[in-house]
Amino acid sequence: MSATTAETQLLEINLGPQHPSTHGVFRMIATLDGETIVKLKPVMGYLHRNHEQIGEGITYVASFPFTDRLDYFNAMSNNFGLALAIEKLGGIQASERGEYVRVIMAELTRLVNHVAVTGFLLNDMGAFGTPLLYAFRERERILDLFEAASGSRMMCNYVRPGGVREDVPVQWLERAREIVNNFPIFLDEFETLLTENEIIQQRAKHVGVLPKTLAVNASITGPMARASGVNYDIRKVDGYSIYPKFAFKVPLGSVGDVYDRYYVRILEMRESVKILQQALKDIPGGPAISPKGQAISKAPRTFKPPKGEAYGRVESPKGELGFYLVSDGSSQPYRYHIRAPSFINLTVLEDMCLGQKVADAIIILGSIDIVLGEVDR
Amino acid sequence: MVGRGVLKGMWLVLREFLSTYPLGRMVLRVTGQPAGNRLVTVQYPDEKQQHAERFRYFPFLVYDQTPDNLRCVACKICEQECPPQCIHIVGPAKDEQGRPLKVHGRTYPVEFDIDTSICMSCRICVDVCPFDAIEMDNQYEMSSTERFGEMAFNKEKLLKSNEYFQQIKPTEASVVDQRLEAKKPKPAPTQPPTPPSAA
Repeated sequence: MSATTAETQLLEINLGPQHPSTHGVFRMIATLDGETIVKLKPVMGYLHRNHEQIGEGITYVASFPFTDRLDYFNAMSNNFGLALAIEKLGGIQASERGEYVRVIMAELTRLVNHVAVTGFLLNDMGAFGTPLLYAFRERERILDLFEAASGSRMMCNYVRPGGVREDVPVQWLERAREIVNNFPIFLDEFETLLTENEIIQQRAKHVGVLPKTLAVNASITGPMARASGVNYDIRKVDGYSIYPKFAFKVPLGSVGDVYDRYYVRILEMRESVKILQQALKDIPGGPAISPKGQAISKAPRTFKPPKGEAYGRVESPKGELGFYLVSDGSSQPYRYHIRAPSFINLTVLEDMCLGQKVADAIIILGSIDIVLGEVDR
Repeated sequence: MVGRGVLKGMWLVLREFLSTYPLGRMVLRVTGQPAGNRLVTVQYPDEKQQHAERFRYFPFLVYDQTPDNLRCVACKICEQECPPQCIHIVGPAKDEQGRPLKVHGRTYPVEFDIDTSICMSCRICVDVCPFDAIEMDNQYEMSSTERFGEMAFNKEKLLKSNEYFQQIKPTEASVVDQRLEAKKPKPAPTQPPTPPSAA
């Protein structure tokens, strides 16, 4: 039988839902022609936990511990987003020190997330262990800071409308300064290990390209959009909290491939370090929470915001994290909705994977940076 | 040169490797290389990591001096505010005429259960308690072979003394003690705190 008459068949394979490369319980049904992907269908919903419905049955403040579990790498920025939405809804002013502590926590969270995701991405590429464990070593130092301030490494439940639940402990700021100042040394090391590595460049360049127009049309946010060259950072365009006070740049990629997505995250960490250094230098004294915020967290049931709606959003490490709240004047939200960046960034997975090899699908998924807790809610 | 990046990365890994041994550290010091990040594994069951003072894991009920002198007055605020609703309170105890019974001038709960298999250690019960009666523990070794029996903690299991609280969280306990001291009514007729109505 000659090669021209051989019949070929499309092969449908199932990746996940229980597979380490899918970062959780996520399933991809890939149709392959040889090793090339011709169709890819993502299946989500295995981790659905009814987060929004639960939020409509409890008080506003009681939703905070549940937001920790949305994107469990970034509890602090999730808390921050909900706090901003509640502040908008109830017209609450945050105390100045509270704002600084929140921004410090949110930026530390970004460092935690980005080191973890680059580590995992390298794991997906086949660099097993070493980069991931170097990344986790640094992450651990920051998680110790979180534990000292909030009592928990990951499920922090720390930010409240009006500030933070309790002020940071004594000596915490000194420890944070030391860790933040040493962080660029780690980043240099990490870059020596990875950025110039020819194997990684071969593996990741021009793989999973996301064109700029598609990124905009599919409302992709966060490092993924910025890697495609979309200059969109909520910290700049919305200027929430006290971000306008800080000088920092928004790193942009040019091609929009996996390598750009990796490198934009490294650059973002450097900018986060700059923000942290400024914030840790300027942090004022005073109460960590405003009196009204204090009253709300002491007695959540007494907080009955006026009728209306509010949308609070933050630049979470994964993209635009928005909390939409509708109040009917009672102590529980009438509607509670979350715009989850992981979920929306995942929608372009098929477009990026088409025409690529099946092994590329794994690293493309890894470069999107999803957390299934947030995708399925 | 192709392969330079790979070699540089490998040298970094080798440096980290060397820095885990005394001899390797000496070599690094002599050759003037950075010392590398030494991080030693904590041999968990034999040695334990030191936790931050604020480290929280499951609530407990505080009592002063004797276990019948618990601070909880069964106002049920924590039961209402608990996000996963893992607290179950029965009380306050009543006498034959239906009046709440009092010990040391306070009402007290007949039953106070926390299902630790549901509790997510969020600390909201501590935040909302007006009597500082419930605080966060730091005992994390509480595995059980049963789903329902041992993980649902009853009042006896939850009760812990104020001295214990002072021991595990000195800073927080001193703040609470000061607050309670300021609240304490003058020796004159002791006015029991009235439980706020369930709004």
